[in-house]
Amino acid sequence: MIIHQILFIIFGIICVAGAVNLLVQRHPINSALSLVVVMASLALIYLLLGAEFVAAIQVIVYAGAIMVLFVFVIMLLNAGSEERTRGSHIAFFVGVPGVVVLAGTVAWLLIHSGGQLGSIKISASDFGNTQDIAHLLFRDFLLPFEITSVLILIAIMGAVVLGRKES
Amino acid sequence: MVPLSWYLILSAILFSLGVFGFLLKRNIITIFMSIELMLNAVNLSFVAFANYWNTHPAKLASGANVVPLSGHVFVFFVMVVAAAEAAVGLAIIISVFRTRETLNVDQVNLLKL
Repeated sequence: MIIHQILFIIFGIICVAGAVNLLVQRHPINSALSLVVVMASLALIYLLLGAEFVAAIQVIVYAGAIMVLFVFVIMLLNAGSEERTRGSHIAFFVGVPGVVVLAGTVAWLLIHSGGQLGSIKISASDFGNTQDIAHLLFRDFLLPFEITSVLILIAIMGAVVLGRKES
Repeated sequence: MVPLSWYLILSAILFSLGVFGFLLKRNIITIFMSIELMLNAVNLSFVAFANYWNTHPAKLASGANVVPLSGHVFVFFVMVVAAAEAAVGLAIIISVFRTRETLNVDQVNLLKL
């Protein structure tokens, strides 16, 4: 199954390159477009994991709805290039080394003892199809599902109240 | 046959890049996009573990009653929360821009000591 590894490496590299480009670009619209690249390649990685439903809603909700919202706000506010300011000293001198140490430790642990975890095949069964998720979502997770719909409603009302012009 | 650790390392890399963006970027919209990147990184590890528990049920602790597919349902909930957060957050950004006329977080410092 060498093709599986090759596909994972290709999409992983695209993913990381998009994320790095998000940090490097100074104009927010370029960052937003590279985030779309990250999300699209993540959807393909989800397909490699057999998660069809998650891949579909990744494209529809994230790469579609949320990123359109971002691009819309960037264009609405006519956001220009980022100004080069010093920023927070605490974030730069404590946060960045902290994240480097944390990510390095996690990666080192996974590389050295990740072999015990085993590996993932492309599942031939219909694991992760929409029907099974629907059964789970509308039976076992019915209450959380209904609560999220209330949450969305509250978020919509909050967005309307915040975005309204004060008269 | 991709090792599970590869997926987790990719997830850790994306999460760290998101934290870097959150700490180092100065534009409030780009900071918000870094948060979305971190949420995506967590989703990747959810989906990877869902597939992993499906194919390695023997590795679960004895007595653990785990439905492997619930990882996908959690990703669904994370996406719902991210959508709600994006709607409210972008409304806050528009509101901040209306009063302060800037998107630079260094100039939005009324709460700073």
